Amino acid sequence: MVITYTSGEQVEVYRFSIPATVLIPLTAVFLQAFLPLRFHFFSIFDLPLLVTIGFATARRSPLAGLLTGSFIGILQDALTHHPIGLYGISKTVVGFGASSLGIKLDVEHAGARFLLTIFFYVVHEVVYFLIARGLVGLRMEWSWPHEFLSGAANAVLGILVFMLLDRVKQRT
Amino acid sequence: MDVLGRYRNLIVLVGVLFAQVLGLAVQVKRTNDSEPTRLIRIWAVDTVTPLERTLVWVQISTRNVWHNYFYLRGVRAENRSLKAQIERMSLEQVRMSQDADQARRLQALLAFKEQFISQTMAAQVIGSSGSELSRSVYIDKGERDGIKPDMAVITADGIVGKVLRVYGSTSLVLLIDDQTSGVGALLDKTRLQGILRGTPAGEVVLEKVMSDETVPAGEMVLTSGGDGIFPKGLLVGRVTKVAPGSELFLNIRVRPAADLSRLEEVLVVTKIDERQAEPDQTGAARAIDILAERLPTVPSKPENALKTDAPGAAAPGVATPGVATPGVAKPGVAKPPTTGSEVKPKAVTPEASAGSGAPAARKTASSASSSGTGSGTSSGTGPTATGTPAAKVPPKPVKVPVEPKPQPAAEDSPH
Repeated sequence: MVITYTSGEQVEVYRFSIPATVLIPLTAVFLQAFLPLRFHFFSIFDLPLLVTIGFATARRSPLAGLLTGSFIGILQDALTHHPIGLYGISKTVVGFGASSLGIKLDVEHAGARFLLTIFFYVVHEVVYFLIARGLVGLRMEWSWPHEFLSGAANAVLGILVFMLLDRVKQRT
Repeated sequence: MDVLGRYRNLIVLVGVLFAQVLGLAVQVKRTNDSEPTRLIRIWAVDTVTPLERTLVWVQISTRNVWHNYFYLRGVRAENRSLKAQIERMSLEQVRMSQDADQARRLQALLAFKEQFISQTMAAQVIGSSGSELSRSVYIDKGERDGIKPDMAVITADGIVGKVLRVYGSTSLVLLIDDQTSGVGALLDKTRLQGILRGTPAGEVVLEKVMSDETVPAGEMVLTSGGDGIFPKGLLVGRVTKVAPGSELFLNIRVRPAADLSRLEEVLVVTKIDERQAEPDQTGAARAIDILAERLPTVPSKPENALKTDAPGAAAPGVATPGVATPGVAKPGVAKPPTTGSEVKPKAVTPEASAGSGAPAARKTASSASSSGTGSGTSSGTGPTATGTPAAKVPPKPVKVPVEPKPQPAAEDSPH
């Protein structure tokens, strides 16, 4: 596992083509809505979150990260029956944080990606929990073991998702 | 200017978050059922659901081709088994229809209004919300198919949820295990009423049942009809665990009868009729018949008398209306009663009608309403507790050759 601090000049910045920028988040949201019906265990994963983190760490632009997170989150919100903005806010924070951290850290290695995904999964859940409970008034239950286990499961899937994203990202 | 450039990212972040929080606050404040669906939801649903619909169609077509043309192993054995089942159910149906007729007569006596599921629409589940905290699914029927918000959604096993939002060709169904759902429910045997709610963990609990009540595990939970969405008597699930809850109420966990995690096809209840039960004949005469049936009856005729009956006569004690010969008024033949003249005198006692008859009628009517709600649709009948009325009525006396059940021949008979 390699987590190294790198200067802004050392890190490589990537971009994604427009079709990839549009289709990958849409596909992630679609799969997130479709797969849990067939494979119930899939509801533990948050594929749109993994795409948000993957895009943010590859682009290494906080602005692009937060906007991508915001777009994906609002799209995800639109499919639920809860007010729009719960996932939007959570993923905006994650997109900003992941891209900001992507500038500082070398996140090309699987180990770093694993830890990064767990960390941002928990951040995402904390933000969601606070907003859902504080602003929307939903009844929420918090369990650290559950969150860490879910985070680990997402991190494993995240490594695969990041590998797929590596194939479509382009060096600037 | 330098400051703006330096903190540009942070400023944008704060701006985006502020806009979303503001939007969220507005939505929370204005949330009500009459509010039109937001455009962004329509866009998102229109983007995602066509693909889901296509994939589901491909999946079903492939499965149908495989199951209907290639994978036919065990079909003959299954066919034999189903035929045997049909025979068993035919016999059961005879008994059930008699109970149903009886229940209708009693309901008419009580001027009892019952709800019938008179029209349903089959729909395919094509997608979910994709969130564990929003337990809802999308179906492939929408406004164009006549779906409207607040319509009940059921399966043959039990209730599923209600239509929450309707789009052009799809609808969002809120499942009963979502924390924002609420269903009026009652316990089958104890008739205790409560509110069925989902929990954040996806469990289903029955709330508002007082802690001094006794609720056994395994008891069936039915819809009470109090929510104005689900007709009364549809099966919800079974009690799995009862524990003292907060304040004065029990914490009753319920396992839904329908498997909410594996929904494929559902029925949307598009029309519910509320009508008063109509007796086949005049109420007084019917009540007499019913009461007479519960009273001790004349003993069976000697066996040698039966042997002299016409061919086609049923064996004593076996109620077979299907084989009875109308018009043959010989005792010992299982046939419709002409007027019930043998039993009438026994029933028309004031004690019988004011005493034992009335409570029995009330109890049965209440139970029968549970089973009657789904009678309009075959699938709707599934979730109902059809066995309950039979369990509630006192044990019938030994069957006598005279069968005091309403039959076509009996309807014309004078009283």
